Amino acid sequence: MHEVDMTVALVRSLAQWREEQPGAPEIRRVVLQVGAFTTVEPDALVFAFGVQRASMPFLQRAELHIEDVPLVAYCPACAVEYRPVIGERYAHPPCGEPMGDIRSGRQLRIAQIETFEEPVYA
Amino acid sequence: MHNTASAALGRELLSENTHLAQHNREHFDEAGVFVVNVMSAPGAGKTTLLEQALPLLARRHRVAVIEGDMATELDADRLRERGVDVLAITTGRACHLDATMIARGLHHGETKLDLPSLDVIVVENVGNLVCPAEFEIGEHRKVALCSVTEGVDKPLKYPIMFRAADLLVITKLDLLPHVDVSLDQLVTNAKEVNPALEVIALSAKTGEGVLNFVRWIAAGRAAHAPPVAVRA
Repeated sequence: MHEVDMTVALVRSLAQWREEQPGAPEIRRVVLQVGAFTTVEPDALVFAFGVQRASMPFLQRAELHIEDVPLVAYCPACAVEYRPVIGERYAHPPCGEPMGDIRSGRQLRIAQIETFEEPVYA
Repeated sequence: MHNTASAALGRELLSENTHLAQHNREHFDEAGVFVVNVMSAPGAGKTTLLEQALPLLARRHRVAVIEGDMATELDADRLRERGVDVLAITTGRACHLDATMIARGLHHGETKLDLPSLDVIVVENVGNLVCPAEFEIGEHRKVALCSVTEGVDKPLKYPIMFRAADLLVITKLDLLPHVDVSLDQLVTNAKEVNPALEVIALSAKTGEGVLNFVRWIAAGRAAHAPPVAVRA
């Protein structure tokens, strides 16, 4: 359900970005990195985006591409990175140490925006 | 024909909310108010715990509640009956409070909270173990409740919430003899996700452990409010 709100934030960010661009180009493709250790369901995000872009002329032809980012944690005892199994085990299997720093997997990041226009640089 | 005009952005989707949450936090800090965000699944016992804990906390602290609910003010009314000031925010379709709702509530709410006259604000978030974990509101501490009747696997299934929390409050301790749940296993699972997590087990019904929760808030408030001269 919160994917709707996150999509609102996404659309607002895109609108803001577009206003900053010379010529206010129409957006063709957006790449969004979605970490595995977030509460976001990518399908729900794509669905919500499909609904919300309809009311935005500069987004009507835009495609949302989700780039899944796995959860990578750091085990301080073994000084290695590893991938916890979300929903099952978070501790580092060889040593049982609880999940330390999260190195990756918390992203909800606009990684790339492509437009239909040629970029104009100042 | 498509051009491939690209711009890498690196903008976080929730950066606007995080920024606004920081703004709220600065407001709270200026007024010297310590803010605790209480979250859990529906029915874990947030309102019942606050009904018991807040009158105790109010003996030495000036306390108010921000109550997030999807449609009604039922929970807010329960707390008002205990003599606590309540700012009710109905979130409508949203399954969580966010920084905008808190800011709007603080600035334009019907029952405005007078921040400088307060020591502690306890925010009761919408009952939901998923969404509230992702939205900062400007709080200083996050508390996640899990009742013994929910089983030991909740921290493994909803790890974002238990990772984000500073304190796990295990509720309905009086029901432990009636359920097939190991308290140790629940704590072990939660700490597997978040080794820094503090844990308090209590029963709002019998009162067992409630004072520990009150003391935790009081200690957080004491540690948070440095002498004025030390502040930058």
